[in-house]
Amino acid sequence: MARLTINGSLVDLDIEDDTPLLWALRDHAGLTGTKYGCGVAQCGACTVHVDGVAMRSCVVPVGSIEETEEIVTIEGLGQGAPHPVQQAWAELDVAQCGYCQAGMLMAASALLAQNPTPSDEDIRAEITNICRCGTYGRVLAGIKLAAERMATPSDQG
Amino acid sequence: MTATARLSRRGFIGSAAAAGAFSFGFSFPLATPGLAQSFETPEVNAWVVVSRDETVTIRIARAEMGQGSLTGLAQLVAEELDCDWERVTFELVKPSENARRDGVWRSMATGGSQAIRGSHNYVRAGGAAARKMLVNAAAAGWGVPAGECTVALGVITHGPSGQSTTYGAVAEAANAETPPEDVTLKDPADWTIAGQPKLRLDTADKLDGSLVYGMDFTMPDMLVAVPKACPVHGGRLVSFEAEAVQGMPGVRRVLRVDDETVAVVADTFWRAKTAMDALPIEWDAGENAAVSSETIAASLTEGLRAETPYIGNQAGDAPAALSDAEQVFEAEYSFPFLNHAPMEPIAATVRWTTDRCEMWGPTQVAESALRTLAQTAGLPTEACEVHVMRIGGSFGRRLMTDYIAMATRIAMQLPGTPVKMMWTREEDMLQGRFHPVTRCSLRGAIDEAGDLQALHMRISGQSISYSLNPEGVTANGDGSVFQGLEPDGDQFRLGYNPPNLLIDYAMRNTHIRPGWWRGVNLNQNALYLECFIEEMARATGQDPLAFRRKLLANSPKHLAVLEAAAQGIGWNGPAQEGRHRGLAQVMGFGSYVAAAAEVSLQDGWLQIHRIVAATDPGHVVNPQQIDAQVAGSFVYGLSALLYGECTVADGRIQQENFDTYNVLRLDEMPEVEVITVPSGGFWGGVGEPTIAVGAPAVLNAVSAALGRPVRHLPLVNADLRPAAAGEAG
Repeated sequence: MARLTINGSLVDLDIEDDTPLLWALRDHAGLTGTKYGCGVAQCGACTVHVDGVAMRSCVVPVGSIEETEEIVTIEGLGQGAPHPVQQAWAELDVAQCGYCQAGMLMAASALLAQNPTPSDEDIRAEITNICRCGTYGRVLAGIKLAAERMATPSDQG
Repeated sequence: MTATARLSRRGFIGSAAAAGAFSFGFSFPLATPGLAQSFETPEVNAWVVVSRDETVTIRIARAEMGQGSLTGLAQLVAEELDCDWERVTFELVKPSENARRDGVWRSMATGGSQAIRGSHNYVRAGGAAARKMLVNAAAAGWGVPAGECTVALGVITHGPSGQSTTYGAVAEAANAETPPEDVTLKDPADWTIAGQPKLRLDTADKLDGSLVYGMDFTMPDMLVAVPKACPVHGGRLVSFEAEAVQGMPGVRRVLRVDDETVAVVADTFWRAKTAMDALPIEWDAGENAAVSSETIAASLTEGLRAETPYIGNQAGDAPAALSDAEQVFEAEYSFPFLNHAPMEPIAATVRWTTDRCEMWGPTQVAESALRTLAQTAGLPTEACEVHVMRIGGSFGRRLMTDYIAMATRIAMQLPGTPVKMMWTREEDMLQGRFHPVTRCSLRGAIDEAGDLQALHMRISGQSISYSLNPEGVTANGDGSVFQGLEPDGDQFRLGYNPPNLLIDYAMRNTHIRPGWWRGVNLNQNALYLECFIEEMARATGQDPLAFRRKLLANSPKHLAVLEAAAQGIGWNGPAQEGRHRGLAQVMGFGSYVAAAAEVSLQDGWLQIHRIVAATDPGHVVNPQQIDAQVAGSFVYGLSALLYGECTVADGRIQQENFDTYNVLRLDEMPEVEVITVPSGGFWGGVGEPTIAVGAPAVLNAVSAALGRPVRHLPLVNADLRPAAAGEAG
């Protein structure tokens, strides 16, 4: 049994404590936007925020998460209005197949929360998610565009 | 130039027959059973539905797996339709519907960079026919000649009377119009929707988590199956101890799928996987357990020297010219097994009963998926349905339908229950359909003038067709192994024509199951030849570009892209201190492509600074999607060059996840400049050809930096320190 705060709602899930958060979200909370790619914290497709920090949910057992910790998934990112990274991704047509992009967006938004003006080097070092379609160039451009927008909110239109 | 496409009458019978009927049988990929999309308005024809709210739905038959052809195809239809692009959306065609309507959408197979180049004519004709029917309907309503009507942004206007109406308003009447016998297609020079850098139509649901991939699909009472097949291909499942895991949480069944596969069925993936990890299984690996990378290499090396080879390209008498020549260069290259490793591992949901079988999942070959489903289920195809979904990357993996058969065999043991079969990443890595393994020996004779007088290229290794398409294989070989080396053809053509040439093949198959991996055989062929060409140029003190210019004198399109890439990297000027450059060109999948790379080596560490790519695809349907495909091709090709290798020990693949099968990430992504130089007059693909030039361009730059050639992939195995005594790998 696990009690988790997911996208602002407290939910009780009838699962084993060692179930990874990824599968709690996908199979029990019905939130399939968070993806399975490797199961060993290599690819980042499963990235979610836990108290604002990007975590690879495939290796985080639900038993290790307190109910007070705020879990945010792709479904909870930009609730109300799209997050600047989502908007930048749409404008730059970043996604190809899209499977890794939920994780990319969660990693990118967490990076910008910590470092609102990342350099190219910062982005290259911090975004370690795998994309097999090869969207990296646009991911980098998308983060920079989102950073610009966040720095000048009046330009968001 | 204005092309006139003659419409197949048969192709539009289905459309006429559907007159008055609602557009049932289609669903947006998001839809779950019972929520199938339907339209209040009947279709105009098979390609186009216009709703009363002016939404234009364009039907897409080819699979979308990230390559963007869905949007390009819609642009081609919309261009001829003269609709408002801002109102365009799409829906995916089901193979059963294509069969029922006598193949009105033609082939649904999506591979070989064929989606656009293989269907542009009839897709455009579909849009043009729909336009004609809409205009005819409006003109008939007004009682005016259709020829006096014009269309802009989906608004039909009759100039003389000043009347106008919209596509949405006449769509229903248009359905009753007789489909035109033939239509005139626009000159691409007049395009306003096609040819433009339109944003993709299929992005929004990828950014908020709402797109349902095969892995994500769910339906009431569904169970999840996690399979495990014998890790040694061709081995057997002897036994398993179901009772050891049957009491574990969520576990419902442990079952034998086939002679080599066991599956645990549970209520969720994690519970099924946990039980599978705990399941005692006995395998009989059989004779393949004795196979290793070393025994495979030995077999391929033997093939490099073998007699009675299979010839793919021949001119003059290369063996004689080589034995008479004073200056002969020799090299031996190799290319390893590679896994497709798409981000979405294999998954498919099947529900089987004694009289119906349905599959929800991704496939690149919807029609063959339907056949596989029906054959496995023991039902006629009419009793089966494949609900196609957008794919989380595929790169050729889902051209094979093995996983659909497996999911069906599992579902058949739980009649009436939908079962989602999900492979772990480990299973996906072990049970892939691998890029074939080959080796190549090359011998070239250069005369005193520095000209290539003779070339013998011997390829030895695995045939994909031998495993997947045996009817395409003769006693000695498989023509498709020569991709990019053929003397002639509009898909693949060798640009070089030395006076004496012999390119031949010795088939040496292995038990590791091969598959069509993005770029297929063009990948290794371009690497072998483009690296050897540059080796010979450097060894004879010639500029690699100047050397190729002489060899490409009769191949102006090959040369044009090479010149464009070289110019882009600044080939004629010196590189920055410590940086080195390499080139590569090839013609494949109908397009001419070239790459120029600039790298540096620091204490054995490679940095790829820049890559310039040039592509001549004939016509450009969406330039920014070409940019995305070309940049992505470098990521795919360079992942293989730097890290990609699946090795074999005791008969089994050793790499099981991304920790041992590393791929390129953002920190290593070079700056990519994409030059597109469409010369018109032909239609080439862009999803694959660039992969084949990325690796050799970089490898040539690395060899230039080292002052000695590196001939074996991946580079992670090579010693890139300048002082290294010999070549690694």
